[in-house]
Amino acid sequence: MKLYLKIWRQKDASSPGKIVDYTLDGVEGDMSFLEMLDILNEDLIAKGEEPVEFDHDCREGICGTCSLQINGEPHGPDRLVTTCQLHMRKFNDGDTIVIEPFRANAFPVIKDLIVDRSAFDRIQQAGGYISVNTSGNTVDANCIPINKHAADEAMDAATCIGCGACVAACKNASAMLFTSAKVSQFALLPQGRVEAVERVQNMVRQMDLEGFGNCTNTGACEVECPKGISLTNIARMNREYLSASVKG
Amino acid sequence: MSLIKSSLARKYVMALSGLFLVTFLLLHVTINLASVISPDFFNEASHFMGYNPLVQFLMQPILIAGVIVHFVMGFVLEIQNKKARSIGYVKYNGSANAPWVSRNMIYSGLVVLAFLGLHFYDFWVHEMAYKYVEANPEDPTRYYHETVEKFAPIWRTVLYVVSFVLLSLHLWHGFASSFQSMGVNNKYTPNIKRIAKTFAVVVPLLFAFIAIYHHLNPITH
Repeated sequence: MKLYLKIWRQKDASSPGKIVDYTLDGVEGDMSFLEMLDILNEDLIAKGEEPVEFDHDCREGICGTCSLQINGEPHGPDRLVTTCQLHMRKFNDGDTIVIEPFRANAFPVIKDLIVDRSAFDRIQQAGGYISVNTSGNTVDANCIPINKHAADEAMDAATCIGCGACVAACKNASAMLFTSAKVSQFALLPQGRVEAVERVQNMVRQMDLEGFGNCTNTGACEVECPKGISLTNIARMNREYLSASVKG
Repeated sequence: MSLIKSSLARKYVMALSGLFLVTFLLLHVTINLASVISPDFFNEASHFMGYNPLVQFLMQPILIAGVIVHFVMGFVLEIQNKKARSIGYVKYNGSANAPWVSRNMIYSGLVVLAFLGLHFYDFWVHEMAYKYVEANPEDPTRYYHETVEKFAPIWRTVLYVVSFVLLSLHLWHGFASSFQSMGVNNKYTPNIKRIAKTFAVVVPLLFAFIAIYHHLNPITH
């Protein structure tokens, strides 16, 4: 299949970027989207041109490294998949594909399609953990009985891979889905209740400091999330924060 | 203090002021319906609302404050949200993942706000002038014919009906959304959404019906 690609090219963080047109022939439906970009880059290198920079690592949908806004949607038109799992059979011969970096002021572009998502790391560092004694007296987690329903919900929240698609999809560039998933995975478990008040306050404070927008409940994040993280997590974080604010 | 600055607090303020305005809409449409069913009861209710000190000097300022808080916070949120993505996408497929109404609350809200300006001019400013500037005596029989006469011009009736359509769109997303903002998302949520969306259709439809009814049934002297 022959594709017409419109790709955002930007030399570095401080340079202005622009859309550059490429035509790529011989793309197979069984290729992943990233393999298609690999072929483009091999062509560019053979021609002596600068290859297109993009993030990738595991290429099996579990690391959260790949990103890309593809035809106006994070991770492309398919549902519940990351860009590395998106197959070219989702596109047709002669299609024009617009490929851009995730856009948010909190995710500045480093080069071409690569953005700096360390804002998520800082939110996580602000409270996305539990304090346990690891000096030899660690209590076995299985000693504490946990309701199956709560364990399942916590696991669902913990499947967030922190890719940033929620921010990219949101018209407000809000990070509420990510932050709420990271709050929820602890809030639902007895081990997480000990630091629950400080956790939600600190993580929300960091989220605001990073310059993400406000949530207006459009639900775009939930639709585009490759791991199917639910809006119920945002509601849970809203409850947790309200209760933490009342408790002081 | 941290609560005031937080993005979540702004959500709570939008949700609570919105829910407050929804309860007011229910009261408003109930009294308006009386103008179609029983002009005498409408006059009685309007006179009570217009002269009861509790309504005039406590509930009315609270209502006006509620409206101001809701739209000022709406503007603040919109400005902050625009600032969070100063370089936009070349291609953004918003309709792929979120309904139009949820993405355009600012525009439906602006239309409703403009309508409130006209509505205040039509009724509230007139009422204040009648009572406090011209210092007219109380007349418990005037409300029905004053209201019906307002809907004689077709342009006003059309403007009101168009505004009610936008109000409906605003409520379609906003009413149910306020529960999510307050942290309510549980087994009752599907029913809450059904009730909120029914309200979003029925209440503006009743307002529109009342305006059209009075336009088509003028008082003949």
